[in-house]
Amino acid sequence: MESIASFSALAAGIMIGLGALGAGVGIGILGSKYLEGLARQPELDGVLAPRMFLMLGLTDAVPIIAIAFAAFLMFANPFLDQAEPAESEVSAETAE
Amino acid sequence: MAATPAEYIRHHLQNLTFGQHADGSWGLAHSAQEAKEMGFMAIHVDTMCWSIGTGILFLWVFRKIAKSFSIDKPGHLQSVIEIIFEFVNNSVKTSFHGRNPLIAPLALTVFCWIFMMNLMDLVPVDFIPSLFGLMGVHYMKMVPSTDVNATFGLSLSVFALFLYYSIKVKGPLGFFAEIAFHPFGKKLFFVNIPLESVSLLARPLSHSLRLFGNMFAGELIFILIAALYSAGLAWGAVAGVLQIGWAIFHILVITLQAYIFMMLTIVYLSMAHSSSQH
Repeated sequence: MESIASFSALAAGIMIGLGALGAGVGIGILGSKYLEGLARQPELDGVLAPRMFLMLGLTDAVPIIAIAFAAFLMFANPFLDQAEPAESEVSAETAE
Repeated sequence: MAATPAEYIRHHLQNLTFGQHADGSWGLAHSAQEAKEMGFMAIHVDTMCWSIGTGILFLWVFRKIAKSFSIDKPGHLQSVIEIIFEFVNNSVKTSFHGRNPLIAPLALTVFCWIFMMNLMDLVPVDFIPSLFGLMGVHYMKMVPSTDVNATFGLSLSVFALFLYYSIKVKGPLGFFAEIAFHPFGKKLFFVNIPLESVSLLARPLSHSLRLFGNMFAGELIFILIAALYSAGLAWGAVAGVLQIGWAIFHILVITLQAYIFMMLTIVYLSMAHSSSQH
């Protein structure tokens, strides 16, 4: 039971961390290309800006899904209930 | 009310579920355990009411303005709605390559409805649930887009429209040919089919989970900051400042997610209408 909880906490941390890494690198590259394009042709601001926000949302999607799953793991962990019948079986055996 | 912060958070993350209890009687679930026991065939009453309510509000406001439309003397609300209308119209014109009168109203509905559903997230966390608690309803999640069921309902409807228009425009054989013969040639169809079907099925999944993930994470942060209010006056003041800051950032996220959902709806339906030349 404790090992499941601790592994879940570790998993949640890794999910959020790696997601943040991917999102950070991706959005950094996206933003730098946008600024470079804007610096070369400032009149394209109305065309480039919506596209950039669209790409931002798409790049952000999987890391945020990972955050949602990590939050789910933190507050309503499904693995804890799956382990309980096995735990009670083991404790019943050791009691006998 | 809730004994520990974890209980407070879990209480705010629980939907109002109506279904059949373990003993066979029908009713609302009184705890998270009971809600889980109800299984799959249970309805989240709060999601349904808030999503249908915001949809009816959107339809009513837009219809009222459309009926009382005036060119020489536009009122404030009419100007706002004209801005939204023009914005969606431009997005559809640039991204949709086909002829279909359904797409622009669909895009307008998707954008405005999802924006209004997400807007419910800006109401402070405990206001409405405590009002409902006084009336005896113990669980109330105000934001329908934080419920996976609502976002999957939206994206599966868009996916159904995608399949319908794909088969209608390209014919069933044309649709199958597009899956089986791209990106590699005709002879490698056993490679193409798994690849294309995975990318096809990933679309409604990512479409809905993107909206759900953003809204769920945002709501969770609101709840986490709200849990600070019970730690005394000083921490309560800090929490107030944090809530204001996060809410201001969340206004961007709300609009952006509604816009992204609308753009992807338009792009997917445009892909259904036109055959991609590889």
